[in-house]
Amino acid sequence: MIALLAALAVLDAATLETLARGESAEKTRAVSALVAAGEVRAAPVLRALLEGRLYAGETGPPVIEEGGALRDALTGAASAAAIEELEKVAINNRLRLLLQRGLGLLALKSAAPADRLQAARGLLEDGDPDNLPTVESALSRETDPAVREVLSIAQAVLALGHPDPVRRLAAIRQLESAPGASSKRQLQQRALVERDPAVLAALQRAAASVDGALRRAELVGLLFGGLSLGSILLLSALGLAITFGLMGVINMAHGELLMVGAYAAWAVQWAFRKGAPGAFGWYLLAAVPASFLAAALVGVLLEVTVVRKLYGRPLETLLATWGASLLLIQAVRSLFGAQNVEVSNPAWMSGGITVLPGLVLPWNRIAILLFAGAVLLLVHTLLTRTRLGLLVRAVTQDRQRAAGLGVPTPRIDLLAFALGSGIAGLGGLALSQIGNVGPELGQGFIVDSFMVVVLGGVGQLAGTVIAAAGLGLVNKLLEPTAGAVMAKIVVLVFVILFIQRRPQGFFAQRGRAVDET
Amino acid sequence: MNALTAPMPLSLPAASPKPPRLWPRRTWAALLCGYAALVVLVPILHLAVPAGSALHVSDYTLALAGKILCYATVALAMDLVWGYTGILSLGHGLFFALGGYAMGMYLMRAIGKDSVYGDPDLPDFMVFLDWKKVPWYWAGTGSFAQQAALSVLAPALLAFVFGFFAFRSRIRGVYFSIITQALTYAFMLLFFRNQTGFGGNNGFTDFKRILGFPLASPGTRVVLFALSATLLMGALVAARALVTSKLGRVLTAIRDAEDRLRFCGYDPIRFKLFVWTLSAALCGLAGALYVPQVGIINPGEMSPANSIEIAIWVAVGGRGTLLGPVIGAVLVNGAKSWLTAAFPELWLVLLGLSFIAVTRWLPGGLVGLWRRTARRAP
Repeated sequence: MIALLAALAVLDAATLETLARGESAEKTRAVSALVAAGEVRAAPVLRALLEGRLYAGETGPPVIEEGGALRDALTGAASAAAIEELEKVAINNRLRLLLQRGLGLLALKSAAPADRLQAARGLLEDGDPDNLPTVESALSRETDPAVREVLSIAQAVLALGHPDPVRRLAAIRQLESAPGASSKRQLQQRALVERDPAVLAALQRAAASVDGALRRAELVGLLFGGLSLGSILLLSALGLAITFGLMGVINMAHGELLMVGAYAAWAVQWAFRKGAPGAFGWYLLAAVPASFLAAALVGVLLEVTVVRKLYGRPLETLLATWGASLLLIQAVRSLFGAQNVEVSNPAWMSGGITVLPGLVLPWNRIAILLFAGAVLLLVHTLLTRTRLGLLVRAVTQDRQRAAGLGVPTPRIDLLAFALGSGIAGLGGLALSQIGNVGPELGQGFIVDSFMVVVLGGVGQLAGTVIAAAGLGLVNKLLEPTAGAVMAKIVVLVFVILFIQRRPQGFFAQRGRAVDET
Repeated sequence: MNALTAPMPLSLPAASPKPPRLWPRRTWAALLCGYAALVVLVPILHLAVPAGSALHVSDYTLALAGKILCYATVALAMDLVWGYTGILSLGHGLFFALGGYAMGMYLMRAIGKDSVYGDPDLPDFMVFLDWKKVPWYWAGTGSFAQQAALSVLAPALLAFVFGFFAFRSRIRGVYFSIITQALTYAFMLLFFRNQTGFGGNNGFTDFKRILGFPLASPGTRVVLFALSATLLMGALVAARALVTSKLGRVLTAIRDAEDRLRFCGYDPIRFKLFVWTLSAALCGLAGALYVPQVGIINPGEMSPANSIEIAIWVAVGGRGTLLGPVIGAVLVNGAKSWLTAAFPELWLVLLGLSFIAVTRWLPGGLVGLWRRTARRAP
């Protein structure tokens, strides 16, 4: 018997013959032996058998059908057999189950880490305590850290059912140290059947601790999501805060400036893909000035043709800039089509970093958070440390007196409007990394960015920052209980009510121009 | 104390001893002719003239004209708050849609057993959501009288509450506009939710009858059309009476120098609240007439873009005049329905350009242009 098993444990013509033409019991034995011996070369044949692609005729070697072509099951050479003369090798349910598990076990020995990772996950989900020895031997060989992690969790989960209480306690400690939704479930399920009081107490303690860790991870995730949303709101509202603060002008085309920035990023990406595919990872660096300049240029055009001509008539400016936004949307539609264009992240921005068990922060969100901080710092420095900033602040606080002291207010207006528009372009660049880029991109952001500016108050960056972060956080913290749409509605209603109490926003502007809005 | 707080009598220069009528005789005649043409001539051309004739008014034209009459009423309501009182609302589409929804609720209940699922009581979308009975706020929606009243009262109440707080906090100018936009945006999101109980994304449609009369029949359609024309005519007369009254002059004073008016002892809040609420109610009424003629109401009507478009109707025709908004609504919407079918990509360009052109070169709109040339001519 042992000799027979040993003979079946290698994939040779005889074993193949058994698999293809043997009785069900023989097939089962052969598969078990192959799996137990860890015969990796048998995996393709076993997979073909499972998927009904193993064929055999009255005589001749069995063949595998793959993509319409027939290959010899043993050698892999192309086969001359005609599929009409062959018969599919039948399997029963028991064999199917065995094959599924066996393939998983064999994959643990595959050379590719991705296969091993999938196999380890399969074992973890399977939860069959009989696989414990396999998992342990795989763990002792494994070098890849990701696969090791899954395997060790699988080991702990499987060991929960081990007859030895000491092993069970060890498994509980191990699961406690690696909290996750599945380990919590496993601990709770085991607690239902556990008899040993000491182990039961440990189980309950561990489940509570895992639960706490999960909740902490969820909270951190929510806070991060809120800050991330806040950074996007900040990027979309910062430029608006400058133009609105300076001229008291509501620029309804602001959203379209975001859109222009996003399209500029798309154009740069396209140029890199065509011209310098090797440097594709660096295209964002080139996109930063491109987005800024494109949006600033459109802003200058807007200021010269519309905003400047309507100075002192804010309601008319609102309507005229809305008209300009419609023109921009249609222009982009005609130039680039009404469909969304695809902007792909550079490789280093995909994926994420695991900060807590069960909590992955995506790189692109982190990058946008940092980017928003950098832009904020830049704007702050520009406004407080440069001559242009000084003049901009002077015009914002008291236009007439500034003009009286010789400040060329029309030029300052133009420069500040260009700056605000350029920052909107940078916001568009950030948006292009996380969402769809299409002609209507800006429309979704008008109301939100106005809320940020109105809530924060005019003329102070601090107000804009706090309002953006606050709105982002409140929105995300409400989402789990109220749902995304209701959260948004609640936030809007809150802003509307808040404005009733403090019409000047969080940070009322000090100066003589306060009453003019 | 009392002597200090009591409003000082505002001495307005008596423009004319006593205006005997609202309009000069010629304007009255023109208006009544136009009205008669709408309520007599159009129905005859629709009902009596055979379909092949060049003079026949088709179903499509009648529905389009009825729709535009409702829009013109909305433009008139907008003009009362913007053109005369200087409050730019970016939320008038919301009041219009609320009136429409109130009427739509009745129309949904009036479908009865003819719905797709055949439930005698529940509208289709509720059956689809697996609701067993209508929610509490649908109580009594089967009654036409209640819903007709609600189509005025709901927008008026919302406008009153919102206006009360906003005006009291002295929110003015662009701030007020932005807040009204946020309000309509919030309502749009709310009505898009299926759980809100107003049909979600699809809104209300597939109406069958109103007060027992089938909506598809020419007779019903003609009556609805004539009602829309009557509403517009009535609103015009009432608005004229309002703006020529002393109250109307206070409104204009709010537009031109609110602070000065306040220092004269007037309380601008009450006047603003009055005209704001009146305007919302008028929008609601127009919405209630709009829905049975167009046959659908959905949250898209509440989108911020729709509300801003109302402003351009008024601006194109001429702010601060009464005929201007009506002319503007007819022209812009006529152009829209023609261009979106014939040259879809041109429509947005034209709309955008008209926003810019009117604000830059035509602050008085078409009526202002006409008045200027008429004054220069003799």
